[in-house]
Amino acid sequence: MSPAPHLQVTGLRAGYGGKPVLQGIDLAVGRGQIVAVIGRNGVGKTTLMRALMGLLPATAGVIRIADSEVTRLAPHRRARLGIGYIPQGRDVFPRMTVSENLQVGETLCRDGAAPDYEGVYRDFPILKERADQRAGTLSGGQQQQLAIARALVGRPEIILLDEPSEGIQPSIVQDIARAVRDLNRSLGLTVLFVEQNLDMIMSLAQHCFVMDKGQITASLSPDELHDRDTVRRALAL
Amino acid sequence: MLPSIFAFLFQFGDAFAFLVLAAAGLAIIFGMMGVINLAHGEFIMCGAYVTVAAARAGLPMPAAIACGALAAGIVGIVLERLVIQRLLHRPLDTIVATWGISLIATQGTLIVLGSTMPGIGTPFGSFSVGEFSYSVYRVLLMAIAVLLLIGLYLLFHKTRYGVLARATIQVPSMASALGVNTAVVHSLTFGIGAALAGLAGGLYAPTMTLVPTMGTAFIVEAFVTVVVGGGDVFLGTAPAAVVLAFVKALMINWYGQLFGLIGLLLAVIIVIRLLPRGLSGWILRGRE
Ligand SMILES: Nc1ncnc2c1ncn2[C@@H]1O[C@H](COP(=O)(O)OP(=O)(O)OP(=O)(O)O)[C@@H](O)[C@H]1O
Ligand SMILES: [Mg+2]
Repeated sequence: MSPAPHLQVTGLRAGYGGKPVLQGIDLAVGRGQIVAVIGRNGVGKTTLMRALMGLLPATAGVIRIADSEVTRLAPHRRARLGIGYIPQGRDVFPRMTVSENLQVGETLCRDGAAPDYEGVYRDFPILKERADQRAGTLSGGQQQQLAIARALVGRPEIILLDEPSEGIQPSIVQDIARAVRDLNRSLGLTVLFVEQNLDMIMSLAQHCFVMDKGQITASLSPDELHDRDTVRRALAL
Repeated sequence: MLPSIFAFLFQFGDAFAFLVLAAAGLAIIFGMMGVINLAHGEFIMCGAYVTVAAARAGLPMPAAIACGALAAGIVGIVLERLVIQRLLHRPLDTIVATWGISLIATQGTLIVLGSTMPGIGTPFGSFSVGEFSYSVYRVLLMAIAVLLLIGLYLLFHKTRYGVLARATIQVPSMASALGVNTAVVHSLTFGIGAALAGLAGGLYAPTMTLVPTMGTAFIVEAFVTVVVGGGDVFLGTAPAAVVLAFVKALMINWYGQLFGLIGLLLAVIIVIRLLPRGLSGWILRGRE
């Protein structure tokens, strides 16, 4: 028997106040995989991430992390199973300093593990320079780096990354992609990310799910992900 | 000349201490949780009663006051878990619920302990400057108010609890997604607010008559301070207490006690007309 996937979702439904958005999502992400979710605006990608994190209750379906079912677990209990969440729009704590933002991320650390400041400051040196600056006064790109570092400092085993490249200059996008890829190679970090940026998808994803109208409608294999036109067609679907 | 300057400074310090101590708990519960706690005065009463009971049982004054604060804090945590937590995103309902708690507490105390309880005298005696004499204890209260502000600043900026509490108020969903148990943070915050109310009750217990409605002696000034200050404890409550204490001391000096209160209420009306989000909203303008 092969080991259970790191994240497994079956028949997941969720929505906002009676308005259904997710209409039965099925997907699985293996341990150490980097998987992308793509799809047009408004198909429910962010809703999926929020439901996985428990910020939006599932109305049906099952979510499993490794061997445990988490469908009804509160967000903070899920997070402590080693999930790092980086929301679309970043959601840094605006009136706290960069280093205070990172301190909140320490909550993710499993028993006895020390936070990984060395790692996040190596990947995102600007954060060390700006440690005492209030997060709300950082540029968009810096806030995105902070949001990622805040999730990584507690040494998660899987991260949920929602549109990291949105509204950010290309050089920072590359830094982020490099940092994620390095962590995946060195520590086997599992990554599920939502993305619309073709280069980011092609350079990072090992597998890709295409989403439409609240369902997974297709998936792209590693070979298909190397073909620019196939990916572009899937994005425009 | 010098004695009258001292008299003014003393009145200013006395008013400042009272405003800070009366308002701190209310401000923290409002600023960190968005809850308007109409039972604030009853937490103060709880602290005062427990302090006096402990002092009569033979505990030294500081320990008795600590008991009062602790008792109010524990009652606060229990009430938060039982009632407030279920109403967190319903501000109007929390107002009604805390008002109900306040009525139950006042009437309950009246039934169980009677209309008044024997007090304890003000410690330390007095000193005089010029022709007036001043209570040493009230000078001590001024020092305690300043130390309390410093202590609260350290609590919310230098401790892990403080960082998580601020994260929870700023972006609650994100705090919980990072593993913060926001329900526990809220219970602790409410407990700290209630304990501060209890502390105020304990500190002022020696200077007042103990009656079940004694909380009302604090509540107007506490609310005035929080309304003028706005949502931030440090950038709001502290400056508001300075401004209001100054107004109050001036009015008392010129026209007497009653006018002190009238001056406070006028100051609120003016501040709210000019700065609808209070002093802290003004200090933090454009910084969100
Ligand atoms: N808080 C909300 N309340 C009500 N409806 C919402 C809410 N958030 C999103 N929606 C709706 O749910 C649907 C899915 O939105 P979602 O944000 O998940 O899409 P998305 O795929 O992430 O889009 P984008 O690419 O623009 O980020 C949309 O129709 C949106 O209008
Ligand atoms: Mg989205």
